[in-house]
Amino acid sequence: MKTTLLRAATLPAVLLLVVYLAGCAPTPPLRSYEEPPMHTLAEFDDEKIAHVDDPWERFNRRMYTFNYTLDQYLFLPVVDAYEFVTPKFVQTGVSNFFKNIGEICTLYNSVLQLRGKKAATTTGRFLINSTIGLAGLFDPATSMGLKRQNEDFGQTLGHWGVDTGPYLVLPALGPATLRGAGGIAVDTSVHIPLIDEVDLDSQVELGMDTVKGVDKRHDQSFRYYQSGYPFEYSVVRFVTRKKTELAVIK
Amino acid sequence: MKHLTLWLTVLVLLLPTLGRAAGAGYGYPISGSYEATILGTPDELKPPLPKRIPLRDLVLEPLPDLKKPRVFFYDKGLYCTLAAQKKKAPLVFLVAGTGAGHRAARMVSLTRVLYQAGFHVIALSSPTHPNFIINASTSHVPGDLADDAADLYQVMHTAWEAVKDDIEVSDFRLAGYSLGGTQAAFVARLDEQRQLFNFSRVLMINPAVSLYDSVGRIEALLDNIPGGPRRIGAFFNRMLDRFVEFYQTGQFIELDDEFLYAIYRNRLVSQAEAGGLIGLTFRVNSAGMIFAADVMTGGGYIVPKNRVLATTDSLDDYFQVGVRLSFFQYFDEFFYPAMRARRPGLSREALIDSLSLRAIETSLRGNPKFAALINDDDFILSAADRDYLQDLFGERTRVYPRGGHLGNFEYTENMAAMVAFLGRIDATGGTER
Repeated sequence: MKTTLLRAATLPAVLLLVVYLAGCAPTPPLRSYEEPPMHTLAEFDDEKIAHVDDPWERFNRRMYTFNYTLDQYLFLPVVDAYEFVTPKFVQTGVSNFFKNIGEICTLYNSVLQLRGKKAATTTGRFLINSTIGLAGLFDPATSMGLKRQNEDFGQTLGHWGVDTGPYLVLPALGPATLRGAGGIAVDTSVHIPLIDEVDLDSQVELGMDTVKGVDKRHDQSFRYYQSGYPFEYSVVRFVTRKKTELAVIK
Repeated sequence: MKHLTLWLTVLVLLLPTLGRAAGAGYGYPISGSYEATILGTPDELKPPLPKRIPLRDLVLEPLPDLKKPRVFFYDKGLYCTLAAQKKKAPLVFLVAGTGAGHRAARMVSLTRVLYQAGFHVIALSSPTHPNFIINASTSHVPGDLADDAADLYQVMHTAWEAVKDDIEVSDFRLAGYSLGGTQAAFVARLDEQRQLFNFSRVLMINPAVSLYDSVGRIEALLDNIPGGPRRIGAFFNRMLDRFVEFYQTGQFIELDDEFLYAIYRNRLVSQAEAGGLIGLTFRVNSAGMIFAADVMTGGGYIVPKNRVLATTDSLDDYFQVGVRLSFFQYFDEFFYPAMRARRPGLSREALIDSLSLRAIETSLRGNPKFAALINDDDFILSAADRDYLQDLFGERTRVYPRGGHLGNFEYTENMAAMVAFLGRIDATGGTER
């Protein structure tokens, strides 16, 4: 119980930290030993390309770098080992299992947004996959034509008119928005009592959390700085922001 | 089923052109040059490949004692991909196109196809890719074909030293696409002098003949957008709005190929706009190249001279500026002065002339180790360029009726032609593949 409380408290604590550490990061003015470049933004009269407001850029860039380091020394070695030792069908089964639990999150958020069709599809998926799909290890629902939907509390907030808020790179979890981060906090705090209901041994619970984390990183092909493109941070920020906006439209 | 319906629709849309194309007997379906370039090859028309191919990353340090600015802290060396056979086989070096890395989609496809055909493969990033500019370019200023070829040759040498104890190689071959194809010709010429690899086959896929002319043709695509090249920001935002609106009205969940083809089917993008998107993509790559080159040479072009960038500094302004600089500006304001500093008396015209296959014509003409695959509607070549390539290599220049620039690269027939040429037994009775 103590661990669950701790986990539930982590995200709000992180958000507070963000507000403390955040500072604006515009391009700094020229220092005495620097000379102005031949071309600056001032000479162009045009709209910005892929521009996203980023008032917490300094913090965000630090987190982006932190996540890269975390990936290099912790997550990716673990994911590599996991992919090496487990057969492909086991990996798929594990992914399906956790995605099936995730349907609950999509379900109540669909309900909260009064999206009947999505809620029905998701209920159908959850029932089929939990039974015929052997507790979610398989995904027969998709081949029956029930496509996986995707809703979370961040989208629910968006649906009811809450602004996306500033761009925010979360430690370990990665690029998000403030609204998305709040959504994750709520969805996590719903998820934890749900798991507690199953009344697992705390060792087993910890093991489940670990596998879930590994599966989550395994599922994402994104690698920090892999593109080698110097403006990767800006591109990722733009894509994250657009995806967040589009998810609410649908 | 979903794909079938999709393709039936596409085919119906293309009927008028298909009638014309049927005579040529070439099955790549997308007729417009810009459309083909943007859409590429539909999955159904790509060759089937085994999912698991052992691709290994190599990390090389071709320039010892290199000092890297802090802003590139994540850059641990030059990355390239190795696909190694367990038995003796020819080794193919691949060179990527402008701005592309060793793991670009086309590079991975060609690596896999060649691996499946029995070759060892080492895939290299383009000398215009930031990772190459930082780690492997002696001048850190990309664009000079002879210099870039020398750097590529050094990288190939370093890569070969790193793997030669692990793999058994019978002989060496070379291939590149787009600018990488042009560079491959320059590398092969250098190899004839240094004789380290003695490449038996050199394949150029959609190469440029003259770098200056070809990039000029890509730049010209921005002339036709509303407001011209100086309004690419407004152009980008307008296109984005239109796609978002379309997404909103359709039954899409993912932003994937299906969405892309739907944009095409619904004729959401005009000819001028499709060209503009290609030009814009080029500029986005070019911005990364200019930034890397500027920082590595001490700044002064888009980054203040002597500025030490921290990892937390915003780079947004440099991106916005980089995207707005044309290739001609880069050429006249950055590249040419850097070249002239090293070769006093070098005229602008002489520099432009040196950046062309015509400058090394004597080592290319009639040389049976070279071949080129080009498209009749590739906008980076002029009609004269196409004639020139046919004149240089005769039957070993194959001209496809469609495909734009690299659109048909992954089409089954094209990939088979790449493997066939690289695998042919060479004149001196060299090894089979």
